Amino acid sequence: MRVRRLTAVEEEAGGMKSLYFIDELSSRATPGQYVMMWNPEAEEVPMSLSTIDSEGQSSVLVRPVGESTEALCGLKRGDRVGLRGPFGNGYEIRGSSPLMVAGGTGVASLNSLAERMVSIGLKPTFVMGARSVDQLALRGRLEKLVGGGLLLATDDGSCGFRGFASDYAVRLMGERSFDSVYACGPELMMVAVFEEAERRGIRVQASLERYVKCAVGLCGSCAIGAIRICRDGPVLDTEQLRIVRDEFGKTRMDPSGRFFRVDH
Amino acid sequence: MSQLSLAVDLAGLRLRNPVMNAAGVLGISSRLLRRVYEGGAGAVVTKSLGPVPRSGHRNPTLVSVEGGVLNAMGLPNPGADYFIDAIRELKRDGVPVVASFFGASIEEFREVAGVLSDAGADALELNCSCPNVEEEMGMLGGDPVNTERVTAAVKEAAKPPVFVKLSPNVTDMAGIARAAERGGADAITAVNTLKGMAVDVDLRRPILTNVTGGLSGPALKPVALRCVWEIVGAVDIPVIGCGGVSYWRDAVEYILCGASAVEIGTGVMERGFDVYGEVAEGIRRYLEENGFREVGEIVGLARGG
Repeated sequence: MRVRRLTAVEEEAGGMKSLYFIDELSSRATPGQYVMMWNPEAEEVPMSLSTIDSEGQSSVLVRPVGESTEALCGLKRGDRVGLRGPFGNGYEIRGSSPLMVAGGTGVASLNSLAERMVSIGLKPTFVMGARSVDQLALRGRLEKLVGGGLLLATDDGSCGFRGFASDYAVRLMGERSFDSVYACGPELMMVAVFEEAERRGIRVQASLERYVKCAVGLCGSCAIGAIRICRDGPVLDTEQLRIVRDEFGKTRMDPSGRFFRVDH
Repeated sequence: MSQLSLAVDLAGLRLRNPVMNAAGVLGISSRLLRRVYEGGAGAVVTKSLGPVPRSGHRNPTLVSVEGGVLNAMGLPNPGADYFIDAIRELKRDGVPVVASFFGASIEEFREVAGVLSDAGADALELNCSCPNVEEEMGMLGGDPVNTERVTAAVKEAAKPPVFVKLSPNVTDMAGIARAAERGGADAITAVNTLKGMAVDVDLRRPILTNVTGGLSGPALKPVALRCVWEIVGAVDIPVIGCGGVSYWRDAVEYILCGASAVEIGTGVMERGFDVYGEVAEGIRRYLEENGFREVGEIVGLARGG
């Protein structure tokens, strides 16, 4: 555990916050990796790195949905957080015509991936979905980064495509030619993207979320099938997604290790 | 072809090799445990199962320290009844299962032992030595009288062999091991984690939510080896060494001190699921290069005549 001061806290859409900090290990992370972040007033939680700048600051994107994330969102510039990591495998950039599909806070890890892609000359098509226009976090940054490659979807149709990001992505896969798909967001969204990509023979990398405790592959609390999300993931590729198909988008373990259904 | 065999007989339990995972590590689901077995373990050990589901302590529950990690998971587990199906699945696939378990009282220990016996576990590992739930349920393994009582109670309800896992956080290791043996233990697992803590100077507070946690990894090995040494000298039942095993050399050290098998926990962090098979293979090479044909021939060799 190391302790870092927040160098900036930025308001994002929908009450979300970007928390910036300077941390050498995080600045050398691979997009898709996460840190365990701890506001000592609450529980330590896994947070994907949304900015990975080898020269400067790293950041995470937090949506206040529970005690720990609310505590993180209440932090101000100069406040301290505990950090472990970065952990996990991260995305592997493959192919030359990427489609990225982000839902909600899933935009965090895909933002750092898109920045990496653009820096090596790729031009990703980036579908970003949210419930409504006021929930599209990091929209401004992504517009600057990928320009017309940013395509918006909202559940209520208040901006861009009306429907889920996955609906939009499925349509795009029929209209254009992609050689790799990267997805992060609600699990059912990722399932829909994966199934369509499977039909078209396009390779997928999806970043999954589970209940992470140790983050180093020891305790098993984050497992999907025999895959430890904290260590073997959080990014699963096509082969791994096929192996865990009976759990992906269907079940997950609660903190005690009991499975519950998530497909309703 | 040499006749070399890694198979061991552990209190009547026949295993393809003497390497297992440590309780608490990866044992939360049948699929993870299968991966442990496919990684090369001779048997798999479940999470410590209690009478009811538990979520465990809040994060931070693990922090790295010099030479190892400190954890205070707080015995998260889905409950023994819930895990019956997982044990049956593993059994159906031919995986030998050691069911680790605990209770908040002697009566609970006995009940859970009955459930897990009926589920078909090949052995039970009685965890009366978790350092992270002491305030909540005490640590029966902290004194000889309770160790003997809980072991005897469990033996009444258990059908398969019972391994009693002991704590290093005691003054009289040999005395507690003898108490477990008097209670009817079929083997002893030594040891659980060593109680410790970590503090951050910037935050000026303990890092673990539980304040204290259990130390595991390389830093634990010298302590655990000493415990195994003392226990082997005190009892006639087999001893399973546990604490800081990452490489075959660590495992052989335990066996030379008198352990009949080893368990690996924190070693998985650096070395992955293959650590089980690699340690087993390393033991095989050691036997071969030194002219031995089976593990039993080197058990306790460091103790002299």
